[in-house]
Formats: sequence, C-alpha cells, structure tokens
Amino acid sequence: MAIDTDTARRVAKLARIKVEDAALPALAQEFSAILGFIEQLNEVDVDGIEPMTSVTPQRLYRREDVVTDGNQQAAVLANAPDAREGFFAVPKVVE
Amino acid sequence: MTDLTKLTIADARDALRKGDVTSAELTQACLTAIDAADALNAFVHKTPEVAKSQAEAADARLKAGDTPDLCGIPLGIKDLFCTKGVPSQAASGILAGFKPEYESTVTSQLFDAGAVMLGKLNMDEFAMGSSNETSVYGDAVNPWKVDDRKLTPGGSSGGSAAAVAADLCLGATGTDTGGSIRQPAAFTGITGIKPTYGRVSRWGVVAFASSLDQAGPMTKTVRDSAIMLRAMSGFDPKDSTSANIPVPDFEAALTGDIRGKVIGIPKEYRMDGMPAEIAKLWEDGTAMLRDAGADIRDISLPHTKYALPAYYVIAPAEASSNLARYDGVRFGHRAKLDKGDGITEMYEKTRAEGFGAEVQRRVMVGTYVLSAGFYDAYYNRARKVRALIKRDFDEVFAAGVDAILTPATPSAAFGLGEMADADPIKMYLNDVFTVTVNLAGLPGIAVPTGTDASGLPLGLQLIGRPWEEGDLLNVAYSLERAAGFVAKPTHWW
Repeated sequence: MAIDTDTARRVAKLARIKVEDAALPALAQEFSAILGFIEQLNEVDVDGIEPMTSVTPQRLYRREDVVTDGNQQAAVLANAPDAREGFFAVPKVVE
Repeated sequence: MTDLTKLTIADARDALRKGDVTSAELTQACLTAIDAADALNAFVHKTPEVAKSQAEAADARLKAGDTPDLCGIPLGIKDLFCTKGVPSQAASGILAGFKPEYESTVTSQLFDAGAVMLGKLNMDEFAMGSSNETSVYGDAVNPWKVDDRKLTPGGSSGGSAAAVAADLCLGATGTDTGGSIRQPAAFTGITGIKPTYGRVSRWGVVAFASSLDQAGPMTKTVRDSAIMLRAMSGFDPKDSTSANIPVPDFEAALTGDIRGKVIGIPKEYRMDGMPAEIAKLWEDGTAMLRDAGADIRDISLPHTKYALPAYYVIAPAEASSNLARYDGVRFGHRAKLDKGDGITEMYEKTRAEGFGAEVQRRVMVGTYVLSAGFYDAYYNRARKVRALIKRDFDEVFAAGVDAILTPATPSAAFGLGEMADADPIKMYLNDVFTVTVNLAGLPGIAVPTGTDASGLPLGLQLIGRPWEEGDLLNVAYSLERAAGFVAKPTHWW
C-alpha cells in the first residue's frame, strides 16, 4: 500500500513527532516500503486463529489491592525538566 | 597473575574463592583496559567509583566466606538497564541527563550476588537496530578487524558484545527483542543467551516491545552464561509477566552428554542465497552434534518466512505505545519552546529533537498499524501469524525434538556505514534467524563455532523448549567443546 504525504503528516501528528513538510515525501516513501514488506502477511491463512496476547498461557500475577509504595514526591520529581512547588510544570493547557 | 581481564567468570570465581586474586585487582585491571579502549566506544558511562566500592565490599564478603558465584566479578551493564544514580539513557537523546531513582531488578540481583558494575554499555537507541549505529553516543566498534574498515559489533547490544570480546569486562548484560543478544554475540565471537520470556524480570529495563523483550547474559563461554543467567533470573512481583517458577542451577546441567537428544534442523532456515560459508558452518555444527551422540532430525517450521513481517508490525506497535511516555514532562529532554507554543508543540518538538531517525520511523509505523481502520488488517493479523509461528514450534517440540540448530546470522559482521544507504528492510534481515524465537517466547543461544574466509567469527543458534534453559545450555556446551572456538581479536585499539 502506497502511503501519500498527507497520510505521513497525519501519522506524524498522531505520534506527536514534528516532521517538516519538506521531509514528508521521503518519510511516506519509507512507510510504503515497510508496509509493502509487511503485506506478505496477507498470504497467510489465519481463519479461526486467535490473535496471540501472551506467549505463556499464564494468568497474570495478582496481589492484594493494598498500597505498597508512596511518599516519594522528591524522587518522582527529581528528573523532571521543570518541576515547581511539588508539581510537574508544563506550558499553559487551558486558556 | 597476568591478563586478569581475560579470565572467564568461572575461572575468576575459583581464583577469588581461593584468594589467588582479589576483586579489587580484577576490577582495577578491567578499569585500566576500559580506559585504553575508548576507540571501541563500548563503555559510554564509566563508573569507576561504584566499581571500586563494590569490589571492596565483595572482597570483604569473600574474606568472610560468603561467596556467591558472581561475588567480586566485574561486569558491564547495557545502558537499557536503570541503575540508581547512574545515567541510564537507552542510548537516546530523549533521556539525556536521566538518572534513575531506582535500580532495575536484574542489576539489583547481580549486585546482591556481589557483582561489580564497571559502567554502562553502548547500544542502539532504545534497542532498535542491528548494528549499534543508531546510538546517540555514536557507533560501538567491533574489536574484530580484518582490513582498514571498522566493523559493527552488531546490535542492539553492540557495546556489550564489543566489551566482552575485547576483554574489557568478564561478562555483560544484554537484552533481546528480535535478536539483540544473539546477533552481536555471533558478530564478536562470544556466547549470548536470550532466556524464555518471563524468566528474567523486565522491571527497570527501559521498554521497547514488552511482549518480546528479555534480558540475558553475554559472556566468553557457555558456562559463564549459565552462571550469570542463574543470578539474573527469578520471579519478580514487580513484573506482571515474570514467571513464578523455580530457577535451577543451570551450571549443574552442563554435563556435555547429549547422547540421544533430538536436534531439529529446520528446512525453512535454508534461505535462498544463503552464503556458502554459513551453510557450511551449519552443516559442520550439525555433524558435531551428531558425533556427540545426538539424533539429528529434519523438521519443518512452515511459517518462518512470516516472522520478520509479523515482528515489524508487533514490535513497532508496542514501541509506539511504550515510547509515548517520552513527552518532555517527567524526565529527560524537553525542547526549547517558542513564544506561543502550547503543550502539543512541546510534545512534538521534544520528540522530534530527542528521538533519532530509526526510533521515529518505528514509532510512526507503530502508530499507523494501530490507527483506526488498520488495526485489524495489520496488528491483529500479525498477532494471528504470531500464534501460528508459536504453534510451529509447539508441534515440533511435541514430536520429541529437544533443541533446534540454525545459523545465528546471515553473514559475518559488516562495515560500519556500509548499510547507511540501504533500505531499512535490508538491515531488518539481520534478525531473520533470531526473531522467530522472540515471537514464540523461547530460549535461544548463540555460540561461536567458526570463522568466515576473512577470519571473522560466525555463530550458530540453538533454540530450546520453554523453561528448559539448562538442557539448552548443555547442548550449547557440547557444541562449544566440539567447535573449540578459541580465536580472539588482535589488539589494535
């Protein structure tokens, strides 16, 4: 399936990655090549096959629903590019 | 004792226990070798202070008679593992400056066992690559060299492979999502095992594709892999896919006796255009196992050719989800914003600046295959094909096959930069023999068994039954002994 520049632009937007307009045609071409490769999967008869969710047929581990951790505000914020007054700071979201 | 850095983990363990050498001496020898090997660009964050204090503590334990296998053994740690207070960047610009406030389960277990961390190792960015050329730190370089060219150590665990092959450390951690332990091990003449999915905790390991990622050891010998794997393995309540089953003593399984074991040779791995020397390596390996008393059987894994395309749907899909967390808010890089930029511009600019080209490509492919209208056509179809690939293996094992022998890579190490203009799919073909194992969640090990015409190492892969790493390591041990691969790279760096 050939990907056009509009689709490439839409995908970049969905992925929240800024791509300059000039770079879109090359990106679209790369997507087309990769998707062309992936399309081999259409040759496989998958009727009646369940999509795999886990390689090991195990029930996910469960534990008591209790607090096991916490009170680590300083550690949580230690790597933030911008932390103020105990919060992560970001550009204004609501006008 | 000279050449301390050339010791295997097993020999170093014995020497430490006997008091013939101290961890401080061993560690210093490695630190000196590392400082003299900057040309390999394997160690990207050196941690000599951590190493020296851990070595001192290990020597005290050894003196007190408390001697776990890895007590005092100097190791390198792939940059993908979060190590408390030490840069852990997954070789990405987006994690520049990130110093975890916590320790990954694997490194915690290694440190509890007395292991010494020499530093963090180069890799492909977010483990996405097969040549260590997507790293923000620049290329890692293979210590093997046959002409003027610098060769790739493979990827994504390229720094780990280069460091072990060049005797900068006694062993290293790696991770493997599509072949990232086994391919670099083969390219550098060392041993690397990807255990069964769920054997080793993923907690604190930067996630690429969570249903495929597994950590494992990269070492000089099969015995060392057995020793190190045991220390890395085990149930971890912090990883919901970690298996709550006992970890056996893998080293005790190394009897070298494989008489009567059934070894499958899958016909689908005999790809069109397979180089003659790879085909010969495979035949030679088959003969070695036959001579050791194994029962060689031709088998079929019919969906093999669909493994790579299925992987290149599933892995990017999971990556696009996992890497959504890099948004410039909680850790790592945030782009400088222009006046009037809002939060969307912050996300978009941060991710464009922080992620390299291959990571951006895979995140966007993943976004596309998961997007409305394509989810069934791509993602669900790939997951169904994945079920068929696993069924191929289940049927072969149910028919009595104990292990499967294949080539590890389609070629020896290639030159850095040689694939720069190739289409991405050409690079993806490096994983053609290894990726099936991740999709099926099986253990797989690469063992060096020969060289190509120019003298570069080549490896074979053995694939085992789930949870039977001990048996798999024993077959690998038998192959290692028969092949007698002892070549080392000539020191040029």
